[in-house]
Amino acid sequence: MQRHLISAADLTRDDAVLILDTAEEMARVADRPIKKLPTLRGRTVVNLFFEDSTRTRISFEAAEKRLSADVINFTAKGSSVSKGESLKDTAQTLEAMGVDAVVIRHGASGAPYRLATSGWIDAAVINAGDGTHQHPTQALLDAFTMRRRLVGRDAGLGQDLAGKRITIVGDVLHSRVARSNVDLLHTLGAEVTLVAPPTLLPVGVETWPCEVSYDLDSTLPKSDAVMMLRVQRERMNAAFFPTEREYSRRYGLDGDRMAKMPEHAIVMHPGPMVRGMEITAEVADSDRCTVVEQVANGVSIRMAVLYLLLGGNEPAVTHSRTEEK
Amino acid sequence: MSKTLIRGAKVLGGEPQDVLIDGGTIEAVGTGLSAEGAEVVEADGKVLLPGLVDLHTHLREPGREDSETVLTGTRAAASGGYTAVFAMANTFPVADTAGVVEQVWRLGQESGYCDVQPIGAVTVGLEGRKLAELGAMHESAAGVTVFSDDGKCVDDAVIMRRALEYVKAFGGVVAQHAQEPRLTEGAQMNEGVVSAELGLGGWPAVAEESIIARDVLLAEHVGSRVHICHLSTAGSVEIVRWAKSRGIDVTAEVTPHHLLLTDELVRSYNPVYKVNPPLRTERDVMALREALADGTIDIVATDHAPHPHEDKDCEWAAAAMGMVGLETALSVVQETMVDTGLLDWAGVADRMSFKPARIGQATGHGRPVSAGEPANLTLVDTAYRGAVDPAGFASRSRNTPYEGRELPGRVTHTWLRGKATLVDGKLT
Repeated sequence: MQRHLISAADLTRDDAVLILDTAEEMARVADRPIKKLPTLRGRTVVNLFFEDSTRTRISFEAAEKRLSADVINFTAKGSSVSKGESLKDTAQTLEAMGVDAVVIRHGASGAPYRLATSGWIDAAVINAGDGTHQHPTQALLDAFTMRRRLVGRDAGLGQDLAGKRITIVGDVLHSRVARSNVDLLHTLGAEVTLVAPPTLLPVGVETWPCEVSYDLDSTLPKSDAVMMLRVQRERMNAAFFPTEREYSRRYGLDGDRMAKMPEHAIVMHPGPMVRGMEITAEVADSDRCTVVEQVANGVSIRMAVLYLLLGGNEPAVTHSRTEEK
Repeated sequence: MSKTLIRGAKVLGGEPQDVLIDGGTIEAVGTGLSAEGAEVVEADGKVLLPGLVDLHTHLREPGREDSETVLTGTRAAASGGYTAVFAMANTFPVADTAGVVEQVWRLGQESGYCDVQPIGAVTVGLEGRKLAELGAMHESAAGVTVFSDDGKCVDDAVIMRRALEYVKAFGGVVAQHAQEPRLTEGAQMNEGVVSAELGLGGWPAVAEESIIARDVLLAEHVGSRVHICHLSTAGSVEIVRWAKSRGIDVTAEVTPHHLLLTDELVRSYNPVYKVNPPLRTERDVMALREALADGTIDIVATDHAPHPHEDKDCEWAAAAMGMVGLETALSVVQETMVDTGLLDWAGVADRMSFKPARIGQATGHGRPVSAGEPANLTLVDTAYRGAVDPAGFASRSRNTPYEGRELPGRVTHTWLRGKATLVDGKLT
C-alpha cells in the first residue's frame, strides 16, 4: 500500500483486493455488540471538508471513531478559508496540531494530490472527493458492494470482479465517481460500459479502459450491475440536455427498464439520488437497489483504508490486542 | 562614449569576426580589427545576434508591482538578451489611455536596461465593448503602434472589424488573443485525453482556431493586417498557412513554452504549468516547430507573465495563469529549433529580432549586424548547457516551468545602443 490514497488509478489489483478483504473483516465488527477497535487509539485524523458533503464526512467520521482515532472535523464554511486563507496554510495549521492523517474533500481537482506531493505537510492524505477528478473510497465501496452481491460475501474473499459487466449511466463529464470506478473496476477485471448523452461524456473518453454507449436500452440486458449517477438539474441550463423530462426518458432508470436487466443484476447509486430524474421511486425502493447497503459498506471500506494507511502491519481485527507502537 | 571590440564572434552563427562598437553605433565588422582605445570582449566563438525583441511581455507596472516592475522586467529582458520589449496593456489601470502608455514608456526610458514599447488596449478596460482612444495612444510620446486586449479576446466580431479598420489610418496592428470566451468558460487546461482523466475544465483547440479563422477573414475583407498572439495548436498553424497562401496580411507568434512543453506535465497538478493558452499535445508542439521553421509562424514571443509565489503555491484551480520567459527564451529556442536542426542562428535572429521589430515597428531594433547600424547586440555562449536556477533570475517572479531542467545556451553580454547592460552574465 502507498502512504496516501489519492486516485483509484494508483491501486494495483492486489492493493484493491486487500482493501476489500480487510473491509470484510471490518464489517464483522459492525455485527458485534461493541462496534469498536483500538487500532488507531492515540492517532488523530482530521476531516478537512471544503465542500458540503454531510454523508461522506459522517461515513469517514464513523469509520475513524470505530477505529478509536481522535477525530477533528474542519469545514471550510465560516472558517479562515472563507477569509482567504490558502489550502497550504490551512493544512499546515492543522498539521501543527499533530494530525496523522488528513481526509480531504475539495472542489478543485488535484487539491489532494497537491497536498500529498508539495511538501506542505507530512500526514497521510486520503482523497474524499476532489472536483471532477477522483473519489477513490466511493469506487472501493462500490466494488465491495458488487463483490458481495455478485460473487458472495465469503466466496468473494481474495477475489476480484473478473468478467463482471458493469454499466455506469449519467453525467460522466462532471463525475469523479465515474472516473474512480472506471479505473478501479478495470483494475479488478470488470468490463465497464459508460452510457450517457454525448454532451455528458468528456472529450478524450475514448482512451479510457471501457466501452461507451449512447443507448441505455441495448446495454441493460448485458449488465450485472447498473450504476446510476446523479444528474443535477442545473446542467439543463448549460445545454447539456434539452429538458429534465427528455433526459429522464432517454437515460433514466424506471421499472420497465429495470425489467430488461438480468434477474441477478443490481442497481447502484452513489447518492444522493434525484428521484424522478435519473431513477424512479419504484427502482430506488426495490430490493435490487443497493443504495442503503452502499452506505453501510462505505464505513467498512473507510475503516479498511484508514487501517491500512495508518495502522501498519498489525492485524486489525482477529485478536483484541491493544498494544501500540 | 567609449569603444568596445568584440573579438572572434560568430555573427549570426557564421565565421568568427570582430565587431567594433563606437558609442551607440557599430563602426566596423571584419577580421583583425584594431583594438586601440577599445575595451576588448573575447567572444571566443560565441554567437553574436542582433539584440532580441519581444513583442509580448507583461511588465505588470502599474498595478502589480509585487510580481514585476518595468525596472525588474527590463533587467530580466537584458539578462535574456533582449534590447526591446513590448509591454502588454493588461495592467491596473489598463493601458487604454495616452496617460498610462506614456507612464510605462517613461519608466522604460528611466530603466536604461531595455527599450520599452507600450502596447495599447484595443477596448476600454479590455472589456471588448468600446474602442479605446487608439489614435491618442499612437500620437502620444509612447507612439503606440501595436494594440491588444491580450489576456482577453476581442470576441465581438464588429468591434474587431472596426479596430482592424481604424488602425489603418496610422499603420497600426491589432494583436489578437484568440480565445472564444463561451467555449472556454471554466477552462483550466487543454481539452483532451489528459483533461478527461484529471477532471479539469477543457480549453479546446477550436476556441483558438475559430477566432483566428474569423480574424484572418476579417483582415482580408477590410484590407488590414492582423497579428495572432501565442498561437498554440496544429489547427491554428493550418489556418494561418492557408491565410498567408491567400495573400492575407497576417503574422503570428509562438511562445517558447509551446515549443517545448505538453499537457502531459499537468498530471503533476503543479500550477507552474498553468498558462493561457494552455500547454497542448506533442502533435501540436511538433506542428508549431515546423511552422516556425518554414515561416508560417513569424516570430517567437515570450508571453513573459510574472506571478507572485502565492499565486502558484496552491491548488490548480486557484492558481494564476502564466509563466516567466524572458530569461529562458533563447535557451528554449536553441533546444527546440537550433539543436534539432530546424533553424540556424540566422533564422533565430530573424524570428527573435528582425521580424518582431518589423511587426512592432521598433525603430533601431532588429537591424543587421553591420557598420553604421545601432549597436543593439546579444552574445550567446551556445556551447553552454546547464540546469535552470530561478534563484538567479533578475525578474521579480520565479514562476518558471523549467526549474532544474537542463537547457543549452547562455546569454553572456547584451548591449543597448553600445552600452553594456549584461557583462559575463551579470547585469551592469
